Amino acid sequence: MPETILEARNLTKVYGQNTIFKNINLKVKEGEAIVVIGPSGTGKSTLLRCMNLLTRADGGQILLDGEDITAKGYNEDKVRQHIGMVFQNFLLFNHLTALDNVMIGLTRVKKMPREQAVKKAMEELRRVGLLDRADHYPGQLSGGQQQRVAIARALAMDPRVMLFDEPTSALDPELIGEVLGVMEKLARDRMTMLVVTHEMGFAREVADRIVFMEKGSIVEEGSPDDLFYHPKNDRTREFLWKITELYGKKEKDKGGAA
Amino acid sequence: MFSNFVSYIIQGTAITVAVTLVALPFGLVIGLLMALLHTYGGKAINRLAAAYSLLMRGVPPIVLLFILYFILSGEINLSPFWAGSLSLGIVSSAYQMEILRGALLAVGGGQMTAARAVGMSRLQAIRYIVLPQALRIAIPPWSNEASIVLKDSSLVYALGVPEILRRAQQLSATTQQPFLAFGTAALIYFVLVFATNRGLDYLSERTKLPTHP
Repeated sequence: MPETILEARNLTKVYGQNTIFKNINLKVKEGEAIVVIGPSGTGKSTLLRCMNLLTRADGGQILLDGEDITAKGYNEDKVRQHIGMVFQNFLLFNHLTALDNVMIGLTRVKKMPREQAVKKAMEELRRVGLLDRADHYPGQLSGGQQQRVAIARALAMDPRVMLFDEPTSALDPELIGEVLGVMEKLARDRMTMLVVTHEMGFAREVADRIVFMEKGSIVEEGSPDDLFYHPKNDRTREFLWKITELYGKKEKDKGGAA
Repeated sequence: MFSNFVSYIIQGTAITVAVTLVALPFGLVIGLLMALLHTYGGKAINRLAAAYSLLMRGVPPIVLLFILYFILSGEINLSPFWAGSLSLGIVSSAYQMEILRGALLAVGGGQMTAARAVGMSRLQAIRYIVLPQALRIAIPPWSNEASIVLKDSSLVYALGVPEILRRAQQLSATTQQPFLAFGTAALIYFVLVFATNRGLDYLSERTKLPTHP
């Protein structure tokens, strides 16, 4: 039985009058890739941002390796070192080269000696296939390359778990594949991952478990096969039907064009 | 006589440059602090910083200069040079604050978020991620402010500091050649401002981030 790495207990987030999500319970186990799907505006991204304390939850607890990181006085900066995050819009540090982007967490946060940090950062860049772009600035990289550097930046910290917030939503279609490829490889290497995405192909192929979220709560969760082929909930079925139809159409269009 | 005339004004130039070299960095330090407080401080601090900016920018520099001068020289007993230069710096700090605040906003919150996500504290994020980008953005408008401070250094003339303008006026009175005296002063100011702007343009160009391969 693999141990639980990240866990949300009765997590609730409220903005003014709006409840973003309520009483969310979610366990991410070691080596597991969980994909969260659902219509936009259902609080998936906010949930991710709460998990690494970028946004404060209003109720409930978050546990990292069994420790309550939402407890008062807990060192947030320490927590985030152990939870890697990849954003929809990459958010590379614009004034730093790819190598320095990957390195800066090592030298400034982990206080790793420079030589060792360079070695580690190069290793991570190789892992995402961008060793030859080490001295390029973000402005000189394509969207897909930027996102791969962002993944390397998060990986360099040796996180316990990686959070992906719609990592391919801001990419041109022809660049999505390279980013999903890197993520797939991570999942195969048994990196613990929590991914919010609309890429159903990725969800079906890579996820160990899929969580369907709607209107601020988890409607259904299960293995890809269960959710895609035997959804228990009508809303799940409806959403998947809608989105796979769209996906299928795209595939057909691609086929027609070729 | 002419060489005496020139050397007299050149000595004034050194004082003008000195006043600017005190006022600008002093204003930069206060302005940067205020901009950071305004951008990242809590509600109360934010309001305080905003009020500072509004007050300082809402009054003519010369009026502020007199008020600050009498505080600085009267209470702390500073020389006219130091009281004048520091006062000028305080006046400039409000404008520099607005320049830097704009630059901090232009960098955007995403960079801070990303920095926090790799485990940096707020201070580390500001120091290593936000400021290096904001300062780059701020160079062109800051160059404008630098030339304003350089020119406004002539205001300390009113406090009796013997800089370019004061000397030009003295020469005008003794030689009865106002056009020559003030014309020389104008030329020196122009050259100083021109050189400053060119220098900062060069800095801006040198620190520009590459975009395309």
